[in-house]
Amino acid sequence: MLGNYALVEGALAAGCDFFAGYPITPANEISERMANRLPAVGGKFLQSEDELCSIYSVTGASLCGAKAMTATASAGFNYMQEGLGYASSVEAPCVIVDVQRCRGENYATQSDVMQMKWGASGDYEVVVLAPSSVQELFDYTVEAFNIAEKYRIPVIVMSETTIALMRENLTIPEPGEIEIEERDRPEVPPEDFLPFSPNDRGVPPMPSFGEGYHTLYSLNPHDEAGNINWDPDTYENMYERVLGKIQDNIDDVSIVEEHFADDADTILVAYGSEFRPAMDATLRARDEGLSVGLLKLGTVWPVPEKELAGAAEAADTVISVEMNVGKYTREVERVCGPRAEVRSVTKNRGSIHTAGEIYSAIKEVS
Amino acid sequence: MSDIDSYREKLRPGSLPHFFCPGCGCGQIMNFFLQAADEVDLDFDNLVAVGGVGCTARIPVYLDADALHGIHGRVLPWATGIKLHKPQLDVVVFAGDGGVGAIGGNHFIQAARRNLDVTVIVVNNLNFAMTGGQVSPTTPSGLNTMTTPYGNREERFDLYELAHSAGATFFSRWNTFHYQQATDSIKKALNHEGFSVVEILSQCPTHFGRYALGSGEPTRGMEWIEEKSITISDAHELTGEEKKDKFVLGDFYSEERPVFAGSTVYVEEK
Ligand SMILES: Cc1ncc(C[n+]2csc(CCOP(=O)(O)OP(=O)(O)O)c2C)c(N)n1
Ligand code: SF4
Ligand SMILES: [Mg+2]
Repeated sequence: MLGNYALVEGALAAGCDFFAGYPITPANEISERMANRLPAVGGKFLQSEDELCSIYSVTGASLCGAKAMTATASAGFNYMQEGLGYASSVEAPCVIVDVQRCRGENYATQSDVMQMKWGASGDYEVVVLAPSSVQELFDYTVEAFNIAEKYRIPVIVMSETTIALMRENLTIPEPGEIEIEERDRPEVPPEDFLPFSPNDRGVPPMPSFGEGYHTLYSLNPHDEAGNINWDPDTYENMYERVLGKIQDNIDDVSIVEEHFADDADTILVAYGSEFRPAMDATLRARDEGLSVGLLKLGTVWPVPEKELAGAAEAADTVISVEMNVGKYTREVERVCGPRAEVRSVTKNRGSIHTAGEIYSAIKEVS
Repeated sequence: MSDIDSYREKLRPGSLPHFFCPGCGCGQIMNFFLQAADEVDLDFDNLVAVGGVGCTARIPVYLDADALHGIHGRVLPWATGIKLHKPQLDVVVFAGDGGVGAIGGNHFIQAARRNLDVTVIVVNNLNFAMTGGQVSPTTPSGLNTMTTPYGNREERFDLYELAHSAGATFFSRWNTFHYQQATDSIKKALNHEGFSVVEILSQCPTHFGRYALGSGEPTRGMEWIEEKSITISDAHELTGEEKKDKFVLGDFYSEERPVFAGSTVYVEEK
């Protein structure tokens, strides 16, 4: 199946019932399949007038109880940043797909990796998942909805031209076999309910619009009752909780795969489609007896620091592989730098690394 | 018969005092809405009040209903998501002239075109008030504002022309002088199925009053607007040039058209 289609199937399997999108290549197949599939299963499809409308209509639907998603590509993702900030601050669960592309063209890139985390104003934590295959476009999209619901945050599926426009085998589990999370709902009547009072995960239970809970969702600093409140303590507490609910549960949102990483001298770190040539290069080097392992980051934000640090601890060299000018390498350097030498292997030419290119980098340090 | 207590019950507990300047039209318009809501028995459990950013946008913050607030100009995208997912909800948008005339202009046009089933109450105070009195797309030509110290050299938008040509199915315009008519039109808009717009010209004594009119007296602002206000039938007698600096008041039109239910709606193949 086509990667973009697999993502749509993942979203539907997770219970997505609202989608808004504005045309942009290479994300169009997502909108097109959603337009076809969603109304037939009782959901709503909107072709928005721009990406701002996409993200805000998604937020509005989410606050009504929808499992809502939008999809775009890099240029459109720029526009969504403001709405991403709003969704984070009012804790509206939603899923945003960015099929990354090079400046105005559909060449392969991972150059939005920093925009994922640092694009919106204000303080926030998002979870960003980086699938590496058609199967993972399905699986990670299900996971994205689950994390969004569980933690009331926007979750971003950071896709790429490489996998979005590729066809591969896809296995769709039987509906009963897919684990589905739903947001916590209030257990008390409206008069006793504080809309921003957290459960034990740090996440407030969430009513839907029209249920009598009369909730105010303001971007402005708000107290547990939801009232706008500029008191410095309120402001600080609000951000501590909104950031803390992710930071304190980082293990639960981290997808990390370790391949031969236990006692390797050289560790590759790769995410998204770059995992594929990195894996090929690792296998080839190991065939030749080189001590090489690979850490695949399925979650790129928040940075899986524990796993990165652990792998670096036992290694001499960490090689950070990515398809941009070396942006995420700074994070790898921050965590692994005190423990091992960090090298950056980048390719910023509109195409994915070959296994040979990565293999050469391994040889240089072995 | 409505009374002041039944309006008070519709205010969010703990949200007062409000932040409007003394004599601001926003407070009046909130009252018009409360009275209209009371008279049409609007169920506040079923209401989502939507505000963007600005003075006007604060109105939803004071209403005891589900509410959205704090982003400039995106009121109609929010409303679109809400109405698509839960069409049974009543959605009322409170928007400034900056919110729908400038930053959210395209959303306003597209929501009108789609005939989204919401009511938009535009508080047209003829300037960007919250930010300190800058020129807006509805500021009349020639006037001084904080960013037009030598006079406004741009033409103003007529929100009726804009809404009508975009496809809105209901439009009324009043000013804060005409509270009974404004309240009646809000009632009609709330009962209207489709995209209904009630524009209310409103005094902003603090900024528009002081900079454009040279007086921070609320009554001066109201009088100035009222002096320039004419009825729809008066307007028919005037040439385009004569109407140029007038505010035409009245219930302009009400039409029926299917409301928006999504860009594509499933139909079972026979
Ligand atoms: C994206 C963005 N741009 C600018 C602002 C600053 N801003 C706050 S209120 C406002 C103007 C509001 O004018 P209007 O919509 O007419 O409302 P009023 O205050 O006059 O009622 C602006 C520009 C903002 N909050 N967000
Ligand atoms: S600045 Fe103007 S519009 Fe805003 S509250 Fe004061 S008088 Fe009203
Ligand atoms: Mg204004």
